[in-house]
Parts: sequence; C-alpha cells; structure tokens
Amino acid sequence: MEELLRSILGDTTLVYVIAAALPLLFILPYALVTVWLEMKVSAHMQDRVAYMYTGPHGIAQPIADILKLLQKEDTVPGMADKLLYTLSPFFVFMGTYAAFAAIPFSSAYIGSNIDLGVFYIVAISSLVVIGILMAGWASNNKWSLFGAIRSVAQIVSYEIPTALALLVAVMITQSLNLQEVSRFQEGGIQNWVVFGGPLPLLKKLLLIPFTLTAFVILFIAGIAEVNRTPFDLPEAESELVQGYNTEYSGMKFAIFYLAEYANMFLVSAVAATLFLGGWNSPFGDFLSGPIWGFIWFVTKGMFFIFLQIWIRWTLPRLRVDQLMYMSWKVLTPFLFACIFAVGLILVL
Amino acid sequence: MNEPKVLPTDYVTKPGEFKTSTGKTLRTDEMIINMGPQHPSTHGVLRLEVVLDGEIVVDVIPHIGYLHRCFEKHAEHMTNYQQVIPYADRMDYLASMNNDWAYALAVERLLNIVVPPRVEYIRVIMAELQRIASHLIAIGTYGIDMGAFTPFLWCFRDRERILDLFEMTCGARLLYNYIWVGGVSHDLPPGFVEKAKDFCTYFRPKIKELNDVLSFNEIFIKRTANVGVLPKDVAINYACSGPMLRGSGVNWDLRRDDPYGVYDKFEWEVQIGKGEMGTVGDCWDRYMVRVREMEQSVKIIEQALAGIPEGNVQSAIPKRIRPDRGEVYVRTESPRGELGFYVVSDGTASPYRIKARSPAFVNLSVLPEISRGCMLADLVAIVGSVDIVLGEVDR
Amino acid sequence: MSSVRTYFRDIWMALYTVAVGMRVTFKHLFTPAVTVQYPDVKLKLPERARNRLYVNIDDCIGCDQCALACPVDCITIETIKSTPDQDLGVTSTGQKKRLHVPVFDIDIAKCCYCGLCVYPCPTECIVMTDVYEFSEFERHNLIYHYSRMTPAEIAEAKEKLKKAEEEAAAKKAAAAAAKPAAPANPPAQAPSEQKPPSAT
Repeated sequence: MEELLRSILGDTTLVYVIAAALPLLFILPYALVTVWLEMKVSAHMQDRVAYMYTGPHGIAQPIADILKLLQKEDTVPGMADKLLYTLSPFFVFMGTYAAFAAIPFSSAYIGSNIDLGVFYIVAISSLVVIGILMAGWASNNKWSLFGAIRSVAQIVSYEIPTALALLVAVMITQSLNLQEVSRFQEGGIQNWVVFGGPLPLLKKLLLIPFTLTAFVILFIAGIAEVNRTPFDLPEAESELVQGYNTEYSGMKFAIFYLAEYANMFLVSAVAATLFLGGWNSPFGDFLSGPIWGFIWFVTKGMFFIFLQIWIRWTLPRLRVDQLMYMSWKVLTPFLFACIFAVGLILVL
Repeated sequence: MNEPKVLPTDYVTKPGEFKTSTGKTLRTDEMIINMGPQHPSTHGVLRLEVVLDGEIVVDVIPHIGYLHRCFEKHAEHMTNYQQVIPYADRMDYLASMNNDWAYALAVERLLNIVVPPRVEYIRVIMAELQRIASHLIAIGTYGIDMGAFTPFLWCFRDRERILDLFEMTCGARLLYNYIWVGGVSHDLPPGFVEKAKDFCTYFRPKIKELNDVLSFNEIFIKRTANVGVLPKDVAINYACSGPMLRGSGVNWDLRRDDPYGVYDKFEWEVQIGKGEMGTVGDCWDRYMVRVREMEQSVKIIEQALAGIPEGNVQSAIPKRIRPDRGEVYVRTESPRGELGFYVVSDGTASPYRIKARSPAFVNLSVLPEISRGCMLADLVAIVGSVDIVLGEVDR
Repeated sequence: MSSVRTYFRDIWMALYTVAVGMRVTFKHLFTPAVTVQYPDVKLKLPERARNRLYVNIDDCIGCDQCALACPVDCITIETIKSTPDQDLGVTSTGQKKRLHVPVFDIDIAKCCYCGLCVYPCPTECIVMTDVYEFSEFERHNLIYHYSRMTPAEIAEAKEKLKKAEEEAAAKKAAAAAAKPAAPANPPAQAPSEQKPPSAT
C-alpha cells in the first residue's frame, strides 16, 4: 500500500499519515452498520421492532445517535483527575486501532506487512487495559473503580487463552505474518486452518478436533476481551450502572463506544484470518481477487459480529470468580492439550 | 444517656485497622458502598448500605421508606370502606387483585357477608391471573439482573395478554378497583371465558421456552445455585412466607392450609424447593418455585373456568357498610407471600384502623442474614430472588 | 474421581444449555413482532376502558354524590338552589333539575381513575371515556371546568335566591307577628331549607 502512495505523493510523512488513517475509513462506516445491526437483531429476538422512524427501518438512526452524542455537554466530575479522565478514551481507542495496522483486509492491502503480525496484535491490544483502569480511577466513583478493577482482571486473564489459541493456528501455518497466513489458506474451504489447513488428508482428519476446539476457545476468549455479555461484568448494567463508563458523556462516551465496536471487529478479524481463511473465497478460484477478497473478509467478520450479538442477547452474565475460573481452569488446560496434540501430529 | 450507640456495623478491630486518638476505630479494609435508592436492580427505591471487603459483602443494611405514602393513615380518613380499595390497590401495584381481595375478605368477615359462588370463582380466576402476571415480572426482572435481557421482554409480552383480559373486564390495566366488599364491580364480559382459555393454551409452551432460555441455562444456574441459602428454621423464625418460605422446603401455602374463597375445590400442587441444582433454599429454588407456581395457576384457572356457575355478582354488595365494633385479621396468599389485613372498626362508616401486613416487608428483613459472605454480584441475585415491591414494603 | 466428572459434566452442560438457549433466540428472529408503531397505529381499547372522565353537564342534578365518593377529592361542586319559578329542565333520564351547578371542576391530575364516581351518579352523567392522550403544557389546564354558566347567569341565580329567601323570611316574620299569642308552635320549616333527596 505504501508503495502505491509513495509513487503518487513522493516520500513524505503524508504518505504514512494517509496509510495510518485508511482503516479508519473502514471502521467508521462499519461502526454505524454494527450499531444498526445490533439494534435490529436484538429487537427481533425480543419480538419487537426497533426504530422505524429515522429512515426506512431506522437506517439513519446510528447517524442520529452520533449527532446526539456530539452535541452533548462534556461533563467532568468535580473531583475527577482531569488529565487521566480526558486521556482514557483515547488510550482505549488507540490500543484497538493500532492493532488494525496488521490485519490484512485483502490480498492487496495490509496496513503494515510486518513479520510479527500476530505477536504485535496481542501486545498492542493490551493498551486497552491501561485505558480502562484510567477511566475507572479518574472518575472518582466507587462503582467505576469496581468496574475497572474487574475489567483489568478479566482482560489480562483472557489474554492467555487468546495467545495460546493463536499459537495453535500459527503452528499449522508456520508464520506470524498475517498476510502469509491468509495466503497459506488459499484454494477453497478445505484448506482453511479450522479444517486442518492444506495438509495431507490423514493429518487433516487428526487435526480437525483440535483446531475446532482452538477456534471455539479463541472466539470465547475474544468475547471476553471485548467485555461483552456473558463477560460484561465491567459494564454490568444491573449492578454497576455502567461500570467504568458511568461518568462519561458526549464525545468521550462516543469514543468508548467506537472503541468497543472496533475491538469487536478486531477480534472477529483475527479469528477469521487465522482460522477461516481471511480474504480467501471458500470456492477456491471462483469469486476471488483483491476486491472479492475484501468482500469475503468483511463477510466473515460480520458473521462473527452477528454471532457476538446473538450470544449477548441470549445469555446471562458470569460472575467475576466464575469468569476467572473459566479462563484459568477450563480454557487454558484445554488449549495446552490442543497445542501438545497439534504439535505431535505436525511432527509425526 | 451519653453512651455511644452500638451500631450493627461496629466490628472487632481487624488487622489493618487503626485506632484514632479518641479510641474510635478507623476501618480501612472495608469499603462502604451505597446501592442507592436509584439503581437499576434494586427493584424500586430501596437503599442498601453495603459494607464490602473487596468483593465480599460483610454486611448489608437496608434502608426503606422512600415510597411511604401513608396508606394506613389515609384509610382512616376515607368516608366509607369502599373508598379504601383504590388505596389498597396501590400498595403492591403488581398484584392489585390480591390486595383488593385480602381487604375485601377482611371487611366481609367483619360484616358476616357470604358472597355468591359466582363471585368466588371470578375472584379466584382474577387472583390466579394476577399471580401469573406478578411472577412473570419477578422472573423477567430477575433475568435482567443476571444479564439476560431477552426473557424480560418475552415475559412482558405474555403479561400483556393478561392485562388485556383485565382491561376487558374492569377497564384498567394495573390498578383495578375490581374486587369490592361483597362482590365484584363488573360481571365478566362476553367472550372472557374463551379468551382466558386461549391464554391458558398459549401460555403453557411459553413456560417451556422460558425454562430453555433461562431456568436451565448453566450460566444462570451457576449464578443462582448455592447463593443466598435460607435454611428452613431461619425462614420460619423470620416469618418469611410465600415463595421464599416454600423455596426453603417448607410445605406451607395459605391457599391449601388456611383456605379462603373456593380454593379447596380445585386440584393443584404446592411447589416447594428441593435443592435440585444446589442447596435447598438457594436463589434457584425460590426462582423455580415461582416458575412452577405459574404452571399450577394455569391449572387452577382452567378448572375454575370450566366450573364457573351463573349468578348475580352484585347481589351481596351492601348499600351502606357500617360494621359493628370489632377487629379482624385476615390473611391471604399473594404472589409475594402472606398478605394480611388487620381491620379495626368502631361502628362508624369509616375504618378506625387498618394495618397491612405486607409480605415483602417481612421477607426483606431476612436479607442481611442470608447475604453475609457472598459477593456483590450475588447480592443482586439475592435481592432479586426475594421479589420485593417497594410499594408494599413502604406502604 | 467425581470432581473430574463434575468438571467435564459442567463444561458439557454449559455448552449444551447455551446451544439450546441460542436456538430459541434464533427462532425468535423470525417470529413477527408483537408491537405496533404507536402514534401511527393505535390499539382500540375495550368498551369498559377507564380513562379520562367526561361529564355531561346538562344531565347533572348537582347531588354531589360523585364528589363524596371520590377517594382523592378531585371533584369540586358548588350548587345554587333554584327558586320555584325557574325551570331548569329535565335530565335525559327524566329527573327534574332543581339546582344550578355554577362550579363543577375535576382536577384530572389528581384523579386516580378508580371509577368510584361513576357508580353513584343517578343520571349517569359522569362517565369514564377511553381517551388517554390528554397531556398539557400547563398544570392549571388539567383542571377541567365542566360548568357552562356564565358569571352573569351565576350572579342572576344568586340574586333570585337571595330575593326568594328574603321574601320567605319576611313572610315568616309577618306570620309570627300576626299570631303573637300562639305559644310553643314551632314555625313551619321553610321548604327551601330541605335538600332534594339523594336518589342512590
């Protein structure tokens, strides 16, 4: 991507600024669409229809929501720590947005083609933890502090299953570079890592239970990373009013909101790229190419988003200690077993 | 009288505490947090002062009175006994039919009126429909407290059908003023019996759906089983009643053990908690007692609809209510427990004193006992399982 | 050994019940919604619906039963007796009206919609309609004044009543003066002191 821009504009910093801002061009419309999708899917699951007034079937409602948030008063609680309070939404958004640099949207576009893609994503998305802790502390509110503490424990604990599940996929694809991982899985649905990757049939059949398990666990850990039900204790509406978000209003709240949706897509994109073939078409060569690749990628991402919305509106939430129990005593041991088995199968 | 008052929160000095120069203990390990009157999950304006040690609840002190509307004092100034019924409606606004019936029973005992059998059947049908509606709210809001947003809306959708039935009969959806002293205000409208039968057939599969999504969901079970265990003897000592008592395994239901109306003519089972998913008397047991009671209520309604006799519903309504001097206490089984009215009459047309024994008030008093040592998230589960309505707690 | 079994059993039950729940929610995606789009579509209320009060003031005989029956005292009625030479007409149920009703106010903000005022009315002139959209911007607009007597008519009615009472008092004094030696005869009750019997 940078080569194209450099050939147009020359070797200036503007090239890098544009390259860094390009995923934003995707995230902002995606956020609007996801807000609308969540509203409609949740409404139909609950036997009601959501907004019908702003545009046909409420299509313009997310725009109305954004406009409303923009024109709200930007309150800062009296005794709050002003610097931390103002900075925290940006830290949360930065942590998520920076990870978009290493996601391959299509065979022709990846923000930054680094060889450490997976490692970089896991590392930089931990910045979110600092942002949430800042938000909880700086609000000068016991309830926010509670939410922030719970959230820190949760995100830090669920990094382990995430990293281990990614490790399972990386062991099969032999590369941490996400563009390489996507290229590894071209050729059709049977070559996707979740079905064993492009390996001989016997090894594939042996690998499938473990890759499936790792895929499911990656998805569950991803939901926990995003703080969505059933892991949304930090924002538990029934207990903590809004958790670490309680004191925020207006544009800062909009940035938290945007960061949450961006994080949802990040987790979906990573799962889709590593396990479901990324921008590859499931039919092999039919319907493939740079543009089609982008479409397939977005479709797979939105499928995961739909799954996350569906799960959110069905399940109750887990208590903090049950969350921890699940991460350390259920997901991690299963993944250790998977890694051991996958390693054995690949070597033999 | 200058001795320092021993507050229930005066603990023994623990490691990490400091004593100030005046000898008072500065508690530095525990955080006192207010689940204040406005809170998404305290089911009304209830203030819970929670003393927390990290996530563990050390003590809970409920503060009530934010919804006190002087029901008992108002009742003394009404010009006649019938005028008290709209006020009685508003005590437990989610179970108005049961409130009306309890009060009407009390005054009828004072006057020695016998109501026609059709009135008794109508009252049973209305009370059981109201019981289903009230339990639907209890279940739906309990789901929301646990984080399951969808069953709440399904419960309200089903409740709308019941409210449609009520609106057809007496004109109001929530506060009915329907069950009067000596009878009911309107006879059943044409089409009511068919519509009620339709509702019964419609509702049974909905209970199964609710069980699939919420009751037997493993996450929900993990949140509510073994939480807030109320042992049998503690429940009886604290005078708990209703699903709280039955959830702890005590086989006591006023509709069977102290029958009023025509409850002794119907066949139904009293549901008690058996500790299926954890200990007997935990939150899941109480919740499940409510779900199963809804099924039994449907059974009672179907039997009542099949056997309802003809007659004039207003023949026993007295023109002028002027009971002799005396007092009476009548207790009924409302969805929350034993609702009792103690009416004192001094021979005039307006009551001398009415005292309402509200089940939610008494059930709430057991909260500190069962929530010591649980986590904050469990406290929400326990408060939800007590099923309080602040209108009744504060009257 | 049993704790290992419970461990695996818990995991299996979690996955299974979550899947069952998700299946139910998925099916609901395709069931039609039960809500209506309110301001465009309004549900019809049943005929017994108890919402805003309406008073047909032409039928009101001023008996004050509804005001007495109201538990929250939201009805205010003032009446002026009419003299025998005035003809106020007949209500639609056939009763002769004997009282002017200059003030018939219902504070609909205080009303608790219990319907207790409807039952005692002898002419069935106060009814509960099915109107439920009657919010106002000003609080005082929620006090409904049902009486249609103008101030001139009220003053005229009061004048007539005063004159009739004065004449009756004068007649009584004349009759008492004309019979000074009639002891212990209680004077006849003036007919205008009696209230019309309530027809409840």
